[in-house]
Order: sequence, then structure tokens, then C-alpha cells
Amino acid sequence: MTPDLLEDGARRASAYHERAVSGRTSSGGRQAGFGRPALAGEVDVTHGRILYLEDVSVSFDGFKAINNLSLDIAPGELRCIIGPNGAGKTTMMDVITGKTRPDSGTVYFGSTIDLLRHTEAQIAQMGIGRKFQKPTVFERLTVYENLELALKTDKDVLPSVFFRIDSRQSDRIAEVLHTIHLADSVTSMAGTLSHGQKQWLEIGMLLMQDPKLLLLDEPVAGMTDEETERTAELFLTLKGRHSLMVVEHDMSFIKSISEIVTVLSEGSVLAQGTLEQVQNDERVIEVYLGR
Amino acid sequence: MSAVVSTGPAIGSGSFSRLREKAGDEGDTRSDPHPNPLPRAGEGAALALPARAPILSRAGWTAFIVALLVVCAVAPLLNLAVPAASVFHMSDYAVALLGKIMCYAICALAMDLIWGYTGILSLGHGMFFALGGYAMGMYLMRQIGRDGNYRSELPDFMVFLDWKSLPWHWQLSDSFAATLFFIVAVPGLVAFVFGYFAFRSRIKGVYFSIITQAMTFAAMLLFFRNETGFGGNNGFTDFKRILGVPIATPSMRMTLFVLTGLVLLAFFLFARWLVASKFGRVLQAIRDAESRVMFSGYSPLGYKLTIWTLSAVMCGIAGALYVPQVGIINPSEMSPANSIEIAIWAAVGGRGTLVGPIVGAFLVNGAKSWLTVTAPEFWLYFLGALFIAVTLFLPNGAVGLVRQWKERGR
Repeated sequence: MTPDLLEDGARRASAYHERAVSGRTSSGGRQAGFGRPALAGEVDVTHGRILYLEDVSVSFDGFKAINNLSLDIAPGELRCIIGPNGAGKTTMMDVITGKTRPDSGTVYFGSTIDLLRHTEAQIAQMGIGRKFQKPTVFERLTVYENLELALKTDKDVLPSVFFRIDSRQSDRIAEVLHTIHLADSVTSMAGTLSHGQKQWLEIGMLLMQDPKLLLLDEPVAGMTDEETERTAELFLTLKGRHSLMVVEHDMSFIKSISEIVTVLSEGSVLAQGTLEQVQNDERVIEVYLGR
Repeated sequence: MSAVVSTGPAIGSGSFSRLREKAGDEGDTRSDPHPNPLPRAGEGAALALPARAPILSRAGWTAFIVALLVVCAVAPLLNLAVPAASVFHMSDYAVALLGKIMCYAICALAMDLIWGYTGILSLGHGMFFALGGYAMGMYLMRQIGRDGNYRSELPDFMVFLDWKSLPWHWQLSDSFAATLFFIVAVPGLVAFVFGYFAFRSRIKGVYFSIITQAMTFAAMLLFFRNETGFGGNNGFTDFKRILGVPIATPSMRMTLFVLTGLVLLAFFLFARWLVASKFGRVLQAIRDAESRVMFSGYSPLGYKLTIWTLSAVMCGIAGALYVPQVGIINPSEMSPANSIEIAIWAAVGGRGTLVGPIVGAFLVNGAKSWLTVTAPEFWLYFLGALFIAVTLFLPNGAVGLVRQWKERGR
């Protein structure tokens, strides 16, 4: 055994580890191939798409909230969605998370899971986390209890009755508590937090679920500039490990995090590209800025 | 609730698990692998993970033991052993009254689980109470045997209706074991079926309350009819024996009293345990933000259905204990007003506290039995005023008020 050999071994081990990690993000660690069965409940991203919407239409009493919307998101991508009020951003999230059933169209998670066949709870357990526009936390439970409820465990009735937290799970809670900067308020009631802190707590609850895809509806609304900055940092660290879809109105926030921006208008995609491309698009300027 | 302030820098997971041990969690008892742990900034200065709350605090256990002693030893002694002339004698009237109120307290506790903790206001719990009561009443009717007015094997009202044999749903009523089963199963099954369809259709809030109200009203009309075989508007009364033992003796009355008290205390402990579990926190989460619960991966249907059925079964058991003590059960127990009263007991005592509804049941019913004797015409006005006052000034009920005083005193 020489130091050279040891070093070489360490290098190879870390290269293998890196490959394994990057493999996880792009294709779930599996390769596309013939005779590869679709595993029930497992997201198949070998075709490079974690979310896939095609020709989705939703109408409420004749009003078309979503009109032949087609959109897809790659694994590990951070996608920003913008659009004027009533463009169908929230309705689109409702469709993806199972809250609203579309009149027509297909919605796939990976290439094998048809989201239209599942309930909200099932979709959440498969790995799609959602943050609401208005921060929604359990006001009369503590920050700790909020996170504990979001833990990724068996969520049936009996396992909940006899649930005892193990050390790995509490370490995970501690980790998330630090990520969302709420370590000082573990025992505070969630209802006593500031608006920005509630937003963070909700994001923390999403992280507890360890989702593959996060849908974030106006995550920085009501946050201070400093909090917004920290949120942008957080999202950039999540990118790659998770796929994110962020709906936001705050252009400077979008500028700090965005790769590709999709503009929705009247229920369908108007334009897509980098923020700069989109901002210079004639149609976008017309619709979005109302000129 | 005071937040623990962290003065030090961000704490890694290593020191975190150490603190968890300090907080009393038994999940991880391994010794610290680090020979030189991070210096502690001082007691209470670091992030502490909240420990699993005990079912009752030390004071809580003391109060519980005292209540247990009062029910099992003090009350029987004062009633049966102390002579009637003594100041300390507990009258039969007091035994009957307290026994009855303890049954009501079980209902209030059940109401608190579904309303105070899960946020589902049921205005139909009186029906489950009556169903349990009717199951017990059928057994007590069969125990009368040939001692009824008509000297027949059949209960008196059947002879009166000129029925020749027992209807099908009375077949098992002479078995005490079957009766015990029905006391649990009938309210449980009715609640399960009703709840399944209501919760699956996502009926919530005031709509659910109205439907439960309609349910108990419909049941009342059904039980009023003679052909359903539940004694019509007279219901069941004139009981003679239970398990072959005469029912109207002081010792039997005391036995039922002690039994009711034990059931109440056991249900209280059970409810404490339940709401302290993660299951209980999911219930509170459903109350506060049901959509967040769903998007966290929980299906609220199972949780709501479980607590709803459990709550109904508790009411059924309370009803079964109530009937032999008051000696009568009739369809008026299913009247909408009775179900609303259960909600009032819970609200007056304090929703979401478990102790509160029990206190509330004693307060309201104590006031009721006092007022209906001294000023019977004012009772309903008092009840209405009480409900308005509690809604306006005491959102957390009597227990909430006491807690407020305590905090102000500090």
C-alpha cells in the first residue's frame, strides 16, 4: 500500500459517489432500455421529464381558466412561471396536485405516473410538494410539531397513533430547522410567527417530505429584502436535487434565481425562454405590461 | 409557551442529538461518540428539542388520583356507611344526580374530541347517546320478565300493541354479552356509515352540523313510531333488574355510579393519550388547515372517520350507563335540543382542553338542576344567555379563563 494507491482509491470512490449522486438527479439512477419495467409509485425520469402537461383545459362555469396548456419540466430544473392575474397559474398547480380535475388533457409525473388518477394525499406522498399562495401552516401547533407532521413516514391512521420519532428523523428536523432559520423558535406556536417566517415554515414542511418536485406559489410574498435574498439562496441550493416550479411576481427575485421563465396568459403558454428573452418579447410586453 | 433562545452559532446535528437526550427522549440512548463535545453555552441557552409531553403532569396525576378516590371510596362511604342524619351523608338524590352528570360529561368529552380537536361540530351526538341507551333499555326490558303489568314474557308495550312474538331485532336482547356488543357496535356502525359518506363527499363546517342535526331528528321521528318496536313515544321504563339483581337499591345505584365514574376517568386518560400522539396532532392540523394536511400526504378521511366513530361509541356507552340510573329512555333523548346542549357543555368548559368539557358538563347541569327547582321558567333563558356569553366573552371556556388568570398572576 502506497500513498499513491490510497489516493487513487479515494479519488475513484469519490468519483463513483459523485456519479451516483448526479445519476439520481437526472434519471433516478436508472438507464433507459428495453424491457425495463415501470415500477409502481416510482418516478421514471429516464426520458428527461419529471412533469409533463399536455393539452390541459379547465373551465369553471364556462370560464376557461386553463386553455390547452402544455408544459414540461426537467429533473433538477428550477422553472419560474410568471403571468398576469387570472393567467391560470394557481389553477395549474391545483391540477398538478389533484385538487382540480381538468376537463381534458394529460398530466404525467415522470413518464409512467398519471397524476389524474390519484388523490391529493397520494400525489403528495409520491413526491410533489406544494406551497400555497397564502402561507398555510398549523397555527396552533408548534414549529417543531408542524415539521414533525410533515415528516416522510407512513401516514395512515394506526401508524400515526403509535408513532415515535427516531434519531434520524429528529436530526432531519434539526437540519431543516436550520435551513429555514427557525431554530430559535422551535417551541413557538406557528401562529405567532411573522408572515415571512410562516412562508419559510411552509417551505420547511415541504422539505421534510423530501419531494422530487416542489410547486411554490409566490414564496417570497410578504418577505423582507433580506428574507427574500436568503430564500433565493435556498432555492438555488435545492436546484439539482429537486425540481422546482416557482410562481412569482417579484421580478428581481426571479432574476436572481431563474434559468428558464415561462409566461402564462389566459390559460396557456405565451412565451418561454430566459428572463431577458421573455422580457424583450413583444407579445409578453403587450399582455404583461398592458401596453 | 416560551421560546428557547439560542445565543450560540448554528448547532450541528451532533450536539442536537445530545440535547435531545437531555430533553428526555428515549429514542437514542447511545453515548456521545465525540470525546470533546462542543462547549455548552449554559443551561437553556441552546436549541432544545421539545420532549414528548407526558400524558398528565404531576399535578394532573394528583388530581386524577383524587378523583379516582372520590368516585371509588369517598362517595360510596358517604352514601352507604355514613348515617342519613349526619351532615356528611350523601343523599341518594345527589348520587343519582352526579351519576347522571358523569354520563353527560362522557358525552362532552366525546364532543370535545370531534369538535374541539378536529373542528367538526356535530349536532347529532344525542342520537348516539340514545342508541347506546336503547340497546341497554332493550336488555332491561327483557329483564323485567313476567313482572310487567300484563304478566307476559313480552315487554308491556308489545302486549299493548297486540304483538304475539318478539320482532327480529329483539332476538338477542336477553343476552347481556350481546347487549354490551350492541352498545358499542350500533352507534359505531351508524357513525361509521354516516361519516364515511359525509367525509368522503367532503362535507364540512356548518353543512355537516346541519346534516347531523337532521340525522338525529330523523332518528327521533323513527323511534317515535310504534311499529319500529322501540316503545313509541313512551320508550322504555319501569325497569326491575339488571343481571338478575334488583335495580332500585342503594347498593346497585352506587355500583352504577362508581362504574360511570371509572368509565369517565378511563375515557379521559384514553383521550389524553390519543391527543398527545401524532394522531392527535394530525386531528388538530385538520382543524387548522385541512388542505395543508392533504398536501402533506395525509388522507383526512381515515382520521376524521376514526375520531368520529370513536366519539360516537363513547356517547353510546354514556347512554348505556345513563339509562339504568335514570330508569327511562324515550325518543326525546334524540331531540335536536339535546344534541345542541352537548355542544354547549363543551363550549362552556373550554374546547380543545379535555378537562374543560367535563367541567362544563358539571357546571351547566349543576346550574340546570338548581335553576329548574328554584326558578324553572328561567332555565331556558339562562341557557341561551350562557351560550351567547361564552361565545362572546369566553372563546376558550371556563378552563381558558382560569388559565388566563394564572398567566396574569405570574
